[in-house]
Amino acid sequence: MEVNGEIYRVAGPVVTVIGIKPRMYDVVKVGHEGLMGEVIRIKGEQATVQVYEDTSGLKPGEPVMNTGLPLSVELGPGLLESIYDGIQRPLPVLQEKMGNFIQRGVTANGLDRERVWEFKPTASKGNEVKGGSILGLVQETKNIEHKIMVPPAISGTIKEIKAGSFKVDETICVLTDGTEISMMQKWPVRGPRPVAKKLMPTKPLITGQRILDGMFPIAKGGTAAIPGPFGSGKTVTQQQLAKWSDTDIVVYIGCGERGNEMADVLNEFPELEDPKTGRPLMERTVLIANTSNMPVAAREASVYTGITIAEYYRDMGYDVSLMADSSSRWAEAMREISSRLEEMPGEEGYPAYLSARLSEFYERAGAVNSLAGLDGSITVIGAVSPPGGDFSEPVTQNTLRIVKVFWALDAKLSQRRHFPSINWLTSYSLYTEGLADWYSENVGADWTQLRDDAMDLLQQESELQEIVQLVGSDALPEDQQLTLEVARMVREYFLQQNAFHPVDTYCPFDKQYKLLKSITRYGEMATAALEAGAPMNKIITIKAKDELAKIKYEEDFDAALDAVMKKMDEEFAQIGGN
Amino acid sequence: MTKEYKTIVEVSGPLIFLEKTEPVGYGELVQINLPDGTTKRGQVLDTSADMVVVQVFEGTVGLNEESGVVFSGETIKLPVSKDMLGRILSGAGEPLDGGPRIIPDKRVDINGASMNPYSRMPPEDFIQTGISTIDGTNTLVRGQKLPIFSGSGLPHNEIALQIARQAKVPGSDEPFAVVFAAMGITNEEAQYFMEDFEKTGALERAVVFLNLADDPAVERIVTPRMALTAAEYLAYEHDMHVLVILTDITNYCEALRQMGAAREEVPGRRGYPGYMYTDLASLYERAGVIKGIKGSVTQFSILTMPGDDITHPIPDLSGYITEGQIVVSRELHRKGIYPPINVLPSLSRLMNSGIGEGKTRDDHKAVSDQMYAAYAEGRDLRGLVAIVGKEALSERDRMLLEFADLFEDRFVRQSRDEDRTIDDTLRIAWEILAELPEAQLTRIDNKYLDKYHPAHQKSE
Repeated sequence: MEVNGEIYRVAGPVVTVIGIKPRMYDVVKVGHEGLMGEVIRIKGEQATVQVYEDTSGLKPGEPVMNTGLPLSVELGPGLLESIYDGIQRPLPVLQEKMGNFIQRGVTANGLDRERVWEFKPTASKGNEVKGGSILGLVQETKNIEHKIMVPPAISGTIKEIKAGSFKVDETICVLTDGTEISMMQKWPVRGPRPVAKKLMPTKPLITGQRILDGMFPIAKGGTAAIPGPFGSGKTVTQQQLAKWSDTDIVVYIGCGERGNEMADVLNEFPELEDPKTGRPLMERTVLIANTSNMPVAAREASVYTGITIAEYYRDMGYDVSLMADSSSRWAEAMREISSRLEEMPGEEGYPAYLSARLSEFYERAGAVNSLAGLDGSITVIGAVSPPGGDFSEPVTQNTLRIVKVFWALDAKLSQRRHFPSINWLTSYSLYTEGLADWYSENVGADWTQLRDDAMDLLQQESELQEIVQLVGSDALPEDQQLTLEVARMVREYFLQQNAFHPVDTYCPFDKQYKLLKSITRYGEMATAALEAGAPMNKIITIKAKDELAKIKYEEDFDAALDAVMKKMDEEFAQIGGN
Repeated sequence: MTKEYKTIVEVSGPLIFLEKTEPVGYGELVQINLPDGTTKRGQVLDTSADMVVVQVFEGTVGLNEESGVVFSGETIKLPVSKDMLGRILSGAGEPLDGGPRIIPDKRVDINGASMNPYSRMPPEDFIQTGISTIDGTNTLVRGQKLPIFSGSGLPHNEIALQIARQAKVPGSDEPFAVVFAAMGITNEEAQYFMEDFEKTGALERAVVFLNLADDPAVERIVTPRMALTAAEYLAYEHDMHVLVILTDITNYCEALRQMGAAREEVPGRRGYPGYMYTDLASLYERAGVIKGIKGSVTQFSILTMPGDDITHPIPDLSGYITEGQIVVSRELHRKGIYPPINVLPSLSRLMNSGIGEGKTRDDHKAVSDQMYAAYAEGRDLRGLVAIVGKEALSERDRMLLEFADLFEDRFVRQSRDEDRTIDDTLRIAWEILAELPEAQLTRIDNKYLDKYHPAHQKSE
């Protein structure tokens, strides 16, 4: 299987080799140090290899070894709590082997071969199994049960199945045809894992972020894009999602992003508590960190590594959320490699296959019925970093053609410290209708109405603002001034959310509902009072309204809200009109 | 052992093409001997069994097919030692100050290796620069990379120098050093920096790399890497806190574009190479703090935005890599305000981890957010006033309008040698916020209003 050849040419991360009998996407080891690379073009004798590590010092004539296998990840117990680079090398292991800086030519297994897991079989001798069938369980972390599955291409009858403690590569099951199955399986990252059936997403992903859950929801199994000019709070929004979304497993891909921010994620995640279980969040997280100065080819591979791991947990019937930060960096990696290959460029130098690659990636999201017959989902949230904040650039445009939710981050809002700085006028979600039934059952029958009214109010505000820009707010009739005031309340009291405030960082749906409802209630009472002839300045200056502004920070929200609303009723009674 | 090849077949711009060499390593350092006895240096860009492409640092003037090429067998290395402090070196690492060559403690590959993200420590030590618009609203922390986005004719050099002079971690006396790398700046600008370094005695604690406007552009590509290599050595092997000032990143990118064009690469946006993001990342990312090591590398680069355009590829790609930016504004400069830092587009991404109780003060974030919000609104209102006049504004809007003026005049403006402590900065902030009605301070928790609002202070 292994074939040896030699280097013909080196130009940056792209190396041309001869004599390896390559197949496309075979993994090869390049040079004396055995740098890892992947075949991306074959022309006659020559194969072009993109190398995942720095190629300085490589010489023509050095040996090359073709492993004959495509780039694959190792799947099995031990993925959770791991921190990998773009090609599934555990960063803590790399640190142990080479110190604080990543040197070249070091290999490390994705899964720890020494660690022993307690395997409890659920299938038994004589059972017919096929790809995806569940053989048994491993308690991977306190709250996540890892289901050991038959690798997709295998089927047969169980001849022997063991129970007890095993390492990931030890045989736990033998089929009658002699096939040995261990807890670990490998899957080539560039292709999706098979499923029984793709389903329509019908449940929302609860994130605890008011503007997301309330205004622009995403369904479990859906796809969303967060584009944003730099400095508009994209990273914080993604981290909030990773921390708070109600999925079983979180896969976070730091693709070509900042080292210090990645360090923050790597340090913060292990300390974060899962709000539902009180256990560390890391126990259900896989982190992939490939910072901007790490090799560009590994960056290109990192999103595939991430989504393959996500698919593996989906196959067990879990809801997985995958954050890719940022898909623009991934696209840029493609562009860089494409330009080294001297391919004919498409728009703005991106390769012509950019759109195809993006849609292939996002299509790996979805709610599914897995081969084992379990319902699982992958929700993909991709950040896009459009250069110059220009949404018309190819990566953003190609992404928007695919995704169903668009959370438009706006630098102007973040300059005003309106966080999360998601623009309520340009964002959209195509899931609101599909989720309407879920809302009326689980939140409140009038939720959709409340939401639509609030959106309508904000729309009116933006139109009125144009007039105000010309004539000033005093020139507006009183009822329109009131509209502006209530819209401001929706913006500041409801949409604004402080990710760093211990209470406000997560807002349960019930609280979102009550908060929006009380703002609407103020609007109704104020309108009624105004019609009954109460003076405008009194309506606008009632104290309970200002207290409503801070109520989201209260630990005992319900009690505080009751008090404020009671006070509001009293104050409205005083100013008359009701 | 060192073989000289006389097999140059083509010279094109800064590149030479050679045939029939023995295997040459990618990125190897090359010496070129000209027929007139001079030597030049270069680096291997592309190597294959048939052809080797070398980029020449000092320009290809006088080069011809008679010239000999010697391959060193290793990539470019910088000799480093603690004795570098106080020295002035060329953009290629040769002494310029007439002093002796540096006796190396070791020789380090200037490309560095990427830091394992797992080994990084999230930066969180507050650096006090003494400038309110930075300390108060865009706080710098150790290990951060925070560039100044400026424009031609704006006082970015003064700001950089003021920061280099005043930067300190309050209550700490750990050793610090400045590494200064000039890339393509004029002799005059370089003199200005050097004089200030000498005057303030900062030179003793500085390593200076100078690649001036008339030095070869290709050399500019190695200059920042040399500087960062020196900085990493001082930080991670000698436990120093190093502030790296790179000026001007725009010149660096121009050199990158020039090289790309010479190599006939497919250009990206505005002719800059498609790998510019990765290339810039390989510079900017060499900042940080490592777990278990005392030293740190903090980067404070200067970047002049062509045409003041923040969406130009250079500031744009930089902004995606650096942890924020300090934006110098022509408008404020014209108003005669120094430092003319416009806080609205400025940002420090690591601010939140460097401020708050135990680091600066508990009310810091709230105060900063409130000022941002009020100032942003106040500035918008200026546009409105130009159309409808002040009289048409509501009372609330009038106050915000006045706040914006007050903010620029009291908070932003300070003198060139005014070193404000963080307490000074926050005191000024509260003084101007107190001009707004309390009900409008919605970003500030009541407990901070009680604790710090000047009106509450008096009543006690």
